[in-house]
Amino acid sequence: MAVITVNHLQKRYRDTIAVADVSFTVEAGEIFGILGPNGAGKTTTVECLAGLRRPDGGEISVLGLDPGNPDLRRRVGVQLQESQLPEKMTVREALELYAAFYPEPVDWRKLAAELGLTEKLGTRFAKLSGGQKQRLSIALALIGDPEIAILDELTTGLDPQARRDTWDLIESIRDRGVTVLLVTHFMEEAERLCDRLAVIDHGRVAALDTPAGLVASVSTEQRLRFRPSRPLDDRLFTELAEVREVRHHGAQIEVIGDGNVVHAVTALLAANQIIAADLRIEQVSLDDAFVQLIRNRG
Amino acid sequence: MSVFVKLTRSELRLYLREPMMAFFTLVFPTVLVVILGSIPAFRAPNADLGGGRVIDLYVGISVALVLAMLALQMTPAVLATYRERGILRRLATTPVGPGRMLAAQLVMSMLIAVVSAGLVLAVGRIVFDVPLPAQFAAFAVGFLLSAAAVFSVGLLIAALVPSGKAGNSIGTLLFFPSMFFAGLWTPREVMPKVLQRIGDFTPLGAGERALHDAAGGHWTNPLSLTVLVAYMLVFGVAAAKMFRWE
Repeated sequence: MAVITVNHLQKRYRDTIAVADVSFTVEAGEIFGILGPNGAGKTTTVECLAGLRRPDGGEISVLGLDPGNPDLRRRVGVQLQESQLPEKMTVREALELYAAFYPEPVDWRKLAAELGLTEKLGTRFAKLSGGQKQRLSIALALIGDPEIAILDELTTGLDPQARRDTWDLIESIRDRGVTVLLVTHFMEEAERLCDRLAVIDHGRVAALDTPAGLVASVSTEQRLRFRPSRPLDDRLFTELAEVREVRHHGAQIEVIGDGNVVHAVTALLAANQIIAADLRIEQVSLDDAFVQLIRNRG
Repeated sequence: MSVFVKLTRSELRLYLREPMMAFFTLVFPTVLVVILGSIPAFRAPNADLGGGRVIDLYVGISVALVLAMLALQMTPAVLATYRERGILRRLATTPVGPGRMLAAQLVMSMLIAVVSAGLVLAVGRIVFDVPLPAQFAAFAVGFLLSAAAVFSVGLLIAALVPSGKAGNSIGTLLFFPSMFFAGLWTPREVMPKVLQRIGDFTPLGAGERALHDAAGGHWTNPLSLTVLVAYMLVFGVAAAKMFRWE
């Protein structure tokens, strides 16, 4: 069941077109990612979904309603980029106040515990670290017990540990049955969390697939790098159908190929009784796929 | 407790955590009355004031000062900061919405204004024998209309400035001429006629005159009444039209 449907969304600001043509659907219970370079139109798309901006064209439906419908304010939790709180408001005050905004809020004490904020309840917003601010912001998006959580650039500016903690948290949100729409420009984050992804570039959807599907659509290339136990002839490799290219880096050999290249090369090495030291296998990452997708369109 | 009461209480708590702001808006006007009242000459009847005392005038002027500080210095800075920090935008995604926050902020400011003005009147009466306004209803009307006029100006500043700092600067810039015409440095009653006339058309000049009328037992003069209502309508409507949540 689709909980969000976006059809040919368009939005311009004066002379610049922020969103030219974006369409996608988000299914109930999934983590859906919107990925794209800065200025691609991600945030504008999300702001239209959250009812903060009126689209110039196209249709959006959220839980079957128009995004401007006031009913959605209590059914959709939104964490916006660079939304702060008054500096001298404490974590407890913020949670209590925002809980009062909703008819059936979740227990804020429990939420604070889940987000690791219990020890910071008495701390003022200005004194929180970046990660703590971000977690409080997520808490405020979830406090009304929403059906959908929209999270924009959640981990920007967080240190790697805080980022990983936040990822665990998002998975736990999904496990509670909340549909998550995640905006990001971190590949690693998208690859780790998202069930499906829309790659947006220049205001259009460049690709829409699972993270693995996106990688596969770009290339099936694989690379092996190793130090052979004795010198050997390149032709041994190039005669294999799966191998495209062989490169030398000092004592190391790099073999590039498609499909079953890993299996073919290791079988060949075994047959020749060659030991491959320091063997590394590199696959195309979502990062590479993303760069290639954007470049192909440029 | 309703959401609105909680919002107002939350705003009040944040206000009290700004010691400078709380001192100047809540205590300073009364301190001014005490300082001026300690000068013996200001407690003596003055021929230039038709036998009135300087301290009698400064009670009304201090009440105008309360409104000027809250409406011109605090409100634009707070609201512009809220917009700058995305607080209003975040509220726009909740069932409450930024409009109610704005209303809570204004209700809180009026509460402070009433308490601070009450303190000025009480200390004036108890310590320096300044009579309470003879026409108390007229005083209340003058106070509310002055508040409406000067807060409308403050809200328009908040609507137009890009940041809290800019809101504070422009508010302060308007604060000094406004309080000049309200008589903070030279009471309106002893100003040259031309300055008095100009002051009649400023929100706090008109406001102070309305308060002065009431203190003397008269109803508000029609000119001040018209000027205050005009400020409220023109600036209030402009602010409502131009205010952006982000």
